[in-house]
Amino acid sequence: MGRLLERLDKVDRRVIYILMAASVIVPLALKLDFPIPIGSGPSMDLYMAIDTLPPGSTVIISFDYDPSTKAELQPMAVALTRHLFGHGVRVIGMAMWPQGASLGQQAMAQAADSLGAEQYEDWVNLGYTVGAGVSLLRMGSSIEAVYPQDRDGVPYDSIPLMRDVRRLGDVDLAISLSAGDPGIHSWVMMAKDTYGVPVGGGCTAVSAPEFYTYLGTGQLVGLLGGLRGAADYETILRERIPGAPGGLATPGMAAQSISHLVIMGFIVIGNVAFIAGRSKRKGGAK
Amino acid sequence: MRIASIAPLLLWTLAVAQVSAPPGLASGPGTQPGAADSCSGCPAAAGCLTCAAPPAAATARLLDISAADVPNDVGGAVELAWTMSEEGVPADSVQVLRSAAGAEPEEAGWILPAAGSWADEGLRDGVEYTYTLVPWAGGVAGAPAGSASVVPAASWFHMGRLGMFILLTILTLVILAYIERAKRGHKLYVREIAGISAVDDAVGRATEMGRPILYIPGIMDMDDIQTIASMVILGRVASKTAEYGANLLVPNTRSVVMSVAQEVVKEAYLAAGRPDAYRRENINYLTDDQFGYAAGVDGIMVRQRPAAIFLLGTFYAESLILAETGKSVGAIQIAGTAMVSQLPFFIAACDYTLIGEELFAASAYLSHEPKLLGSLKGQDAAKLVIMILILLGVAAATLGTAWPPAAKAADFLRLLTHVD
Amino acid sequence: MRLFVPLFMTFICGMIIILQFFVPHRPFSTLGERLTDWYMIVASAAIFLGAVNLLQVHSARIRFRQKNWQYSPVVIGGFLVMMAAGFGWGVADGKPFDWMFQTMVVPMGATMFSLLAFFVASAAFRAFRSSNWRATLLLVSAFIVMLGRVPIGDVIWRLIPGAAASSHPNLVNEIAEWIMQVPNMAGQRAVMIGASLGVVATSLRMIFGIERSYLGGSD
Repeated sequence: MGRLLERLDKVDRRVIYILMAASVIVPLALKLDFPIPIGSGPSMDLYMAIDTLPPGSTVIISFDYDPSTKAELQPMAVALTRHLFGHGVRVIGMAMWPQGASLGQQAMAQAADSLGAEQYEDWVNLGYTVGAGVSLLRMGSSIEAVYPQDRDGVPYDSIPLMRDVRRLGDVDLAISLSAGDPGIHSWVMMAKDTYGVPVGGGCTAVSAPEFYTYLGTGQLVGLLGGLRGAADYETILRERIPGAPGGLATPGMAAQSISHLVIMGFIVIGNVAFIAGRSKRKGGAK
Repeated sequence: MRIASIAPLLLWTLAVAQVSAPPGLASGPGTQPGAADSCSGCPAAAGCLTCAAPPAAATARLLDISAADVPNDVGGAVELAWTMSEEGVPADSVQVLRSAAGAEPEEAGWILPAAGSWADEGLRDGVEYTYTLVPWAGGVAGAPAGSASVVPAASWFHMGRLGMFILLTILTLVILAYIERAKRGHKLYVREIAGISAVDDAVGRATEMGRPILYIPGIMDMDDIQTIASMVILGRVASKTAEYGANLLVPNTRSVVMSVAQEVVKEAYLAAGRPDAYRRENINYLTDDQFGYAAGVDGIMVRQRPAAIFLLGTFYAESLILAETGKSVGAIQIAGTAMVSQLPFFIAACDYTLIGEELFAASAYLSHEPKLLGSLKGQDAAKLVIMILILLGVAAATLGTAWPPAAKAADFLRLLTHVD
Repeated sequence: MRLFVPLFMTFICGMIIILQFFVPHRPFSTLGERLTDWYMIVASAAIFLGAVNLLQVHSARIRFRQKNWQYSPVVIGGFLVMMAAGFGWGVADGKPFDWMFQTMVVPMGATMFSLLAFFVASAAFRAFRSSNWRATLLLVSAFIVMLGRVPIGDVIWRLIPGAAASSHPNLVNEIAEWIMQVPNMAGQRAVMIGASLGVVATSLRMIFGIERSYLGGSD
């Protein structure tokens, strides 16, 4: 028994890796599905912030991430743009990360095609801007100064959607889908605190805890945290909007659930071995 | 294009096709390309939708027009405000006419009357501008609503940030006061931080094992304060490695950081009297890409098997990748960052972690310089000031729900800590 | 003089950045932006430094057949191929540079990011040991949040008779949310305030020339 406990205390990390891989692959392969309960929370807050906007409002989405975090943030981008287009809200896309512009284009084009939204009338992709917070500060007085043309080179004044949107304060809501810096921090500091524009956010799961401080003070109207946040949003859309399609986040929840259980199982094994072996060790444990 | 938006567009197109704009007419909401001859003799000669529609009753007036300089700005901006009267035909647009110091009025813009206010920018400071607002309804101009004059000016101080200025001044004076105390020879107690005390042991361990020391200064550029703090600590660590004769590797993700790191290490080796031991090629550039850098550093760890790894600076998602790989090669790891989201990973995977401000305090600890220790004490005193403010604010806000004077105190504290 | 000039420049630049936050009047409002622009120009020029260093280091490894020199031709080759593709055909969508970026660099970056899943498991297994009451509290909180952030937490909760029909059918999720919104937020704020004060103190030390070790040499 003692030897077993010793071995359990020092499980080879490769065993852990193999079981983790299996815990992710098997649920995806078997297409396991767990119901996702939706209650009040930051995901619902963001949904309501969008749903209470009158049709014809303008929302700016900043795609501040790159392909390495696409798995968590792209499903949010697709779900949000679907909701916005379906609600009759106009969408201005932009990015403070270089690859964010093309990822945003994919999300907006995909949603626009399925919902019949017209580019330049209902949505536009302004593209990437270098300068992060400085760009946002300049957009507060003139968006055209930062984006004289959109991502495809169409001049600002030729875009019907932008005719009555001259500065940041003219939008009704800003959403930053952020994988790091620049991202939500810049939007809260510039758009919300300086110009009073309501800001919503989407972020990777590891960053979500630090943004709860902004939720508490009302500087963020809502937050989608990680794959769970994206799955929450997809579920809310399916429950509240008949015919809303599924997304990529919901199937990932089953895999995440099983992998969390595997991690917890290893923690329990490690603690059982640790506690059982502690009485045999002299001196304090670490 | 959605069906719902086509019909009004068609109607508008047909309406426009009925008329053509008179030459020289400025365009804007409320004016349409009007008829050339068919509108002659029309009382609304400035432009109309169609002369078949005679002017209606007088357009509603604009009241209480005011113009004021925009406060706390760089200058050249003014803000107009007005209200609409209830009588008359509601205006569908407002034309803003501007004249500067006796010059002819020019059109400054068109706005919706419901806005109630409008900002004009790009003006010259010190010049008096007079604004006249003209309400328009159905293409017919109403009576000008009077005018307001204003002189734009730049502000020398942003009053919305006065509270922050006061707080910053207090904190700065506290920190400088403690530095002064330290310079005068007062003994200042600072508690031990395990991670900083372990630096010597880590360098010694690497020397004994004959394995290198790996120093990772984070993934941000020199404009990040954590990177600067990391460079400061690098200088101290480099002094020790020069003294002990250990090999120091510093892979960088930014070129500027690499240049600074090379200079810092070179100077440290010079000061330690070991310029011959300095190896410029050990302080190199890998890549700007976040995960490319993580992969490169992991490769260095697995191949070179350092005995001690320092992870000090700004880190993002690659923090756990680096720390776990370092753990797997058996190195003693000392990490430090102010990135709150990455601290849990360092705490789980590293032997010692400097949390938040401890990273900035490390330089003072390692040098034992009185001035730096004094600033550390000052920082703690400043923290005490902030804690007192928080407690006072919480008490005032809580009591303020039932006791008005406390509510006023809470408002004052909010004003003090608010930043525009 | 060697120390005086950089210290003086540090002081002037630091004071400009502080003043431009409080003084909207020209030239202070624009000076801060100018300094940032100048820094970006310097940093852009410094990219060449990094590229030259990369080539120098790896060329030396090949030339002197240092340990693991075989990796260096791969580095230099990749660098030159990408550079040639970028300069030759541009970096627009669909060009060779973009194709190589999307098919090689992007999946490799995503792969490295995916390693976190494995490393989290091994780090958690090793670090989450109930050695004292604080560690136990951390462990219990971690369990609740890990269960509450995925649907299976409430699926397990609802297996308890009466739980599904109770007033809290999503109790695990609610407790996890409370942990995030109350203790977690308090801790995050405390660390952020402390770190911000550290930033202020460090910046003041550098602006006033008290901290000089980043310039190298003795004080």
